[in-house]
Amino acid sequence: MSALTALARVSAVSSGVAQPIATVRHVHLSSRPLVFVPLALAGEANAPLAALVGSSPDAPQLLFVPQPRNRDQRFEFAAKLAAILLSYVDSFCGETETVPAGRNTEPRERYVDAPQILVPNGGGVGFVRLFGRSTRFRRTEGEYAVDASVPLLGRWLTFFAERSEYPGSSLLVSMTGALSMHWATGQSAVEDANLAALVGWIDPPSGMSGAEAALEAEDPLTWPPAGPATDPTFDNEVLAPAIEAGSLSMLESALRSQLMPTWELMWRGVSLLRGLPPGARVEQRWTADRDAFTGFASYVAEGGYPQAKRDVAVAAAQRLARLERAQALYDAQRAYDDPLLLAEYRLSGEAFAGTVIASSPDRIDDSGKRRVLRPHVTVRSEDPVLLGPGASVVSPARPSQTGSFVSVSGPDVVLELSGGMGRGLTTPPGSVPEVGERLTYTTLTESYQAPAAFPSREETPWTHGGPPVEYVPDDEDAAEDWS
Amino acid sequence: MTNLECLRGAAAPKSHNARTIAALTTNPGCSRRAVMDAAGIDKERLASHVGFPARFGQSQFAITRGNVFEAQLKANGCAELLRLLREVLALPIGAAAYDDLESVNQLDARADRSRELLTRAADGDEDAGTLFDHPLLRLEVGGRWVYLEPDLIALQFGGKFYVVEIKSFAVIDGKADGTKVSAAATQSAVYVLAMRRLLAEAGYDPGLVSHDVVLVCPENFSNRPVATLVDVRKKLSVLERQLARMGRIDAIVDGLSPSLTFDLQVDDAGVPQRPVAELVDGMGQIDARYSPECLANCELAFFCRHEARGSTAALGKSVREELGGVSSVSHALSLASGAVPPAEDEIEAAEMLRFAAKLRSECLS
Ligand code: SF4
Repeated sequence: MSALTALARVSAVSSGVAQPIATVRHVHLSSRPLVFVPLALAGEANAPLAALVGSSPDAPQLLFVPQPRNRDQRFEFAAKLAAILLSYVDSFCGETETVPAGRNTEPRERYVDAPQILVPNGGGVGFVRLFGRSTRFRRTEGEYAVDASVPLLGRWLTFFAERSEYPGSSLLVSMTGALSMHWATGQSAVEDANLAALVGWIDPPSGMSGAEAALEAEDPLTWPPAGPATDPTFDNEVLAPAIEAGSLSMLESALRSQLMPTWELMWRGVSLLRGLPPGARVEQRWTADRDAFTGFASYVAEGGYPQAKRDVAVAAAQRLARLERAQALYDAQRAYDDPLLLAEYRLSGEAFAGTVIASSPDRIDDSGKRRVLRPHVTVRSEDPVLLGPGASVVSPARPSQTGSFVSVSGPDVVLELSGGMGRGLTTPPGSVPEVGERLTYTTLTESYQAPAAFPSREETPWTHGGPPVEYVPDDEDAAEDWS
Repeated sequence: MTNLECLRGAAAPKSHNARTIAALTTNPGCSRRAVMDAAGIDKERLASHVGFPARFGQSQFAITRGNVFEAQLKANGCAELLRLLREVLALPIGAAAYDDLESVNQLDARADRSRELLTRAADGDEDAGTLFDHPLLRLEVGGRWVYLEPDLIALQFGGKFYVVEIKSFAVIDGKADGTKVSAAATQSAVYVLAMRRLLAEAGYDPGLVSHDVVLVCPENFSNRPVATLVDVRKKLSVLERQLARMGRIDAIVDGLSPSLTFDLQVDDAGVPQRPVAELVDGMGQIDARYSPECLANCELAFFCRHEARGSTAALGKSVREELGGVSSVSHALSLASGAVPPAEDEIEAAEMLRFAAKLRSECLS
């Protein structure tokens, strides 16, 4: 929570409708996402009860488990879900583009698009993760054989769930997460976890305020919970008798009625997000997602083992370091893409905006061995300047150019520029800010930070368990109870 | 009639259990809740009568699953539990005298019998047993005795008591839902405290009861149980502080109007007749401290949320902090727009708010 978001929340209270906290969209949105709304049976460890799934708003497919405690029926549910999800995933394994060789990498192929799964909330992401965990180790032969698609589904779901922890990834997205990144409501974050209430604030029905719509959304009779947890009253009064009666049609209509309102909210969420223009760096992050997808698809195609139950020490530390770097980069990228997010840094003094009042684009520094181009610009800041000599800043308008503080007098900041001007001793037009240009400079950088050095797998210190053995699932994994 | 009895009126006091005592600790700064709980007022009924019913339903599937899991563990004289406890606590093999205290009918008799057995065990009397199923403990809460029923208390070789708590949420690959674990730990801490007080009153060292409790849950996706030791020291100190606070509730009650009562004036058919406005007015006389966390923990949450509309705290603690501690929504907006001059202690917050408002309007225009 930042002060700007807090202010947006109080404005939402007084205006009765959610307020924007972003000017562009920071998540990628597929042109045909797979919307997945799962329900689990209360009290059980992620036992599937029902789901609506599909990539077209008017064609949701309903899957359900008639006797939710029946193991075989659960695997039938998994196989049906696998048929839908795997064919959706497969549909992206067609056209590729060639990624040219890098300094240390061979040229490689990358799929031009990737699948995107949308779930209602954080619980939906949890469902994907646990359902992946409970299916990926299953065997397709022998005593506990399941349909061949089941363990494959498990691997893919696990991939999506793990990738969703990666900051800025859009392969598996929770709708409440995506919406609350772009709008601040007049309620608390706890209440924002209710998709119906959140959408009510952002897009209230005509004649209603956001606050009223959100209040109405809390009534589970009109707006059943968006899952995976069900409404206890529904369980006791509708679901239990229907299961007891063993009536498929009763169950089907009961479950459909619980899921449909959320299904519609999901697509309303999609169109709300589509209404925002994408941020300039969204594409770049989606490319990283496409890379991850391509890599995993070929791993699966080569028959790779299912993901281990727990990360071994070195892998866990590496993963954590990778996530931290990705988070820093993601924060910077969003601020570069979105003046409203950059404004957070202006508020905290890590950025300032102003107008160029003097510019010497052809200034040469000849104090060193080689004469170099080092233009000076003077920016009259409209924000309090808390940075001082020694600080180095970048403007999102010219991300490859760095400005070093030379002096500050009152609101006027003199910066010495380097980079982003070609190799010559004269500046190409437009590469140095001209008098009158309005700019924001920030200490935030999106430059690459070298990864921390970790011991290789083989060199894992004994304090961390020594070199790990590769995780090979055993019979017990395959036969694991699911009761 | 004491003041607390006046507040409650004619209704029988609502009895506590470990869950409701645990809930006491979630918003320790709220006087309204402290007074209501100390007086044994049925908050759920009060909330519905004033038009803000709580929604804390439980699914019958969850209840069934919990019961089945506990029954499975306790079948054949707790055979499966014993096996687990031998592993985590090194309970002596064989020594498994088992007392099912649930079979004693009358509450006080059960509590007495429990005390007798547990203190004999503390004496080192080997015949007293090693596993005590559903003993009945008592704890003083706000001047009243509350009966508590832990799932099980185990006595380790060497004389340490362990509270065993059985829960049916799953531990998957060594991880469980953090909120559920924390709630289970707080409830167990209630039992540890009650057991410690029982021993202390009988002249024993309360330290005989371990601050580690044994949490037994199903493992992964199966019904196979797994036991984990959970340290509840932190929960214990929060709990003790809150109970001590309830003991001093008189100070708050003394400040209330002597005629204040939350009696619902239930008629012969059991329907409350008390005018809602009187109750709402009455609640308004006791300070509340609403925060969004109340929604998960207190039966009065929807009422208090409604009452707290327009306060920044209702939007979450961090929102209020980010706004420089300004407590009202409209005041925060007036400071941000410069419509009202800031008071002495608001100058810094007002400056930040004005800057923030300027930035927002600049970026959104
Ligand atoms: S809901 Fe109301 S009474 Fe309950 S703890 Fe919160 S503020 Fe206190």
